[in-house]
Amino acid sequence: MSTLEKEKELLKGLANNNKDAIEAIYRDNYNLIQSLIVNNNGTEDDARDIFQEALIVLYEKSKTDTFELNCQIRTYLYSVSRRLWLKKLQYARRFESQVELLEETVPVEEDLDVHNKLNQQYGIMRSAMGKIGEPCKSLLEAFYVHHKNMIEIASFFGYTNADNAKNQKYKCLMRLKKLFFAQYKNGN
Amino acid sequence: MDQILLLEAVERYLRGEMNDEEKRVFEDMRKSNPELDQMVVEHHFFLEEMDRYGEIKRFKANLYDTHHTLQEIGDIKELNPAGQGKIAYLWNRYRRVVAVAASIAGITALLISGLTVAFSPKAPIRDIEELRRKVTFLEKKTNNQSAQINDVRKKIEPGTPIKFGGTSFLVDSKGYLVTSAHVVQDASKIFVQNNKGADFRATIVYTDLEKDLAILRIEDQDFKSPASLPYSIGRSTTDIAEPIFTLGYPKDEIVYGEGYLSAKTGLKGDTMAYQISISANPGNSGGPVLNKNGEVIGILNARQTTADGVVFAIKSKNIFRVVDELKKKDSSQHIKISTNSALKGMDRVQQVKKIEDCIYMVKVVLN
Repeated sequence: MSTLEKEKELLKGLANNNKDAIEAIYRDNYNLIQSLIVNNNGTEDDARDIFQEALIVLYEKSKTDTFELNCQIRTYLYSVSRRLWLKKLQYARRFESQVELLEETVPVEEDLDVHNKLNQQYGIMRSAMGKIGEPCKSLLEAFYVHHKNMIEIASFFGYTNADNAKNQKYKCLMRLKKLFFAQYKNGN
Repeated sequence: MDQILLLEAVERYLRGEMNDEEKRVFEDMRKSNPELDQMVVEHHFFLEEMDRYGEIKRFKANLYDTHHTLQEIGDIKELNPAGQGKIAYLWNRYRRVVAVAASIAGITALLISGLTVAFSPKAPIRDIEELRRKVTFLEKKTNNQSAQINDVRKKIEPGTPIKFGGTSFLVDSKGYLVTSAHVVQDASKIFVQNNKGADFRATIVYTDLEKDLAILRIEDQDFKSPASLPYSIGRSTTDIAEPIFTLGYPKDEIVYGEGYLSAKTGLKGDTMAYQISISANPGNSGGPVLNKNGEVIGILNARQTTADGVVFAIKSKNIFRVVDELKKKDSSQHIKISTNSALKGMDRVQQVKKIEDCIYMVKVVLN
């Protein structure tokens, strides 16, 4: 398999949240990003955060209908990570040395704008989820994130039947929607 | 309960879980009931956001697991900062913290010493007075000294041409020196002294009062000629603002000074000289003015007494003219002027170390 085909396979896997594909991409690129961050005033944890955020950017991009990557995965991840890290350094006013490892970069500003918008919405949902408290959070996540059916949920959370669980889920959902839309309207 | 059923219906509709019959009925209801329609639109948006949230959350969980798996296998390793030491790395990372800590420490120290001074019993006043007396005593002494120095200065009338000395430098390693003509004017005997303090007898070979240049020759058996001269004598003119330096004997010891070329002509537009800005004192006359490449570009000869920091240097190409004239007059003198500088690219300290051996103090015994 040529490199190009292999990369296409990996991206397809990434779009489907395939464990093997993610592992392969992770293994091939993590060390590069780590040395970029650590050599520019960052820590191991910074490196992990930045790399994972870059992967999310790529993941989001790979799921769009018009997805096309015009460079190697490595170059893309490096460019995104570099951009993200520069931003973070500037934000923290630790910006001193120019971030440079002699690696090729591609322009990623537009992709990052899209990502920032999506990330903001994700943040709204996450904070709303954080505010509704337990067991609402787990219950809703079981249904909407992990796609469990109401019978499984009822037995897992100890409700006597599925209707009781549905009732509880409805109350939780109303609270979540209220919180979500309140913040969403504030944010826009 | 109706609301719960309704929402469930909306969700099933949006997820495409309804059969055709149900779907038809639901869509009819939606058309006739704007409230329901609004609810569908809103919930559609909400579910999309929820799906995305779930997606990213699952993806993140996957990344987290992958990171741990790979770390356990050892495919990704923790990296110590390459290219710089651990301490430099820590310093870079915690510089700000250190700065803040240091300022706090400094402020605390000041505060404590301030408090100590404020609250400690007043020091015995008599001690302080004694000390003060000592200081005044010292001050008196210092005043006495400066008075003596003033006496010495008065003995040399200001403006009197200082005849006893100047500076000269080798232009040919055989022992030919160049200096200013006014330094050796009216001299009956000339000695030159190197930077180690050794004196050598020298004679005047040629003087050109117009160009204010003189060529001396060391005629002393103790003189050991160096293999070659480190600097060269420049033929071309130098540009304004070029940094320059000089070495000379304004006192009994060699002194370094630096400055820049301020004009391409000397006093009242004299094209034979440059105007330079450098600190020069009596005794610097005849000293070489060098550029950064170790080329002699001029010979320091005068300073303007009516202005501050204005010094003149004869252009070095005049040395060649004087030597040519000398050859015409006296064919026994074979002067080979150094034209290769071995000082290019060296730092200044190294350059001066090489040059200073070739700079001599001129001591003139008058008639």
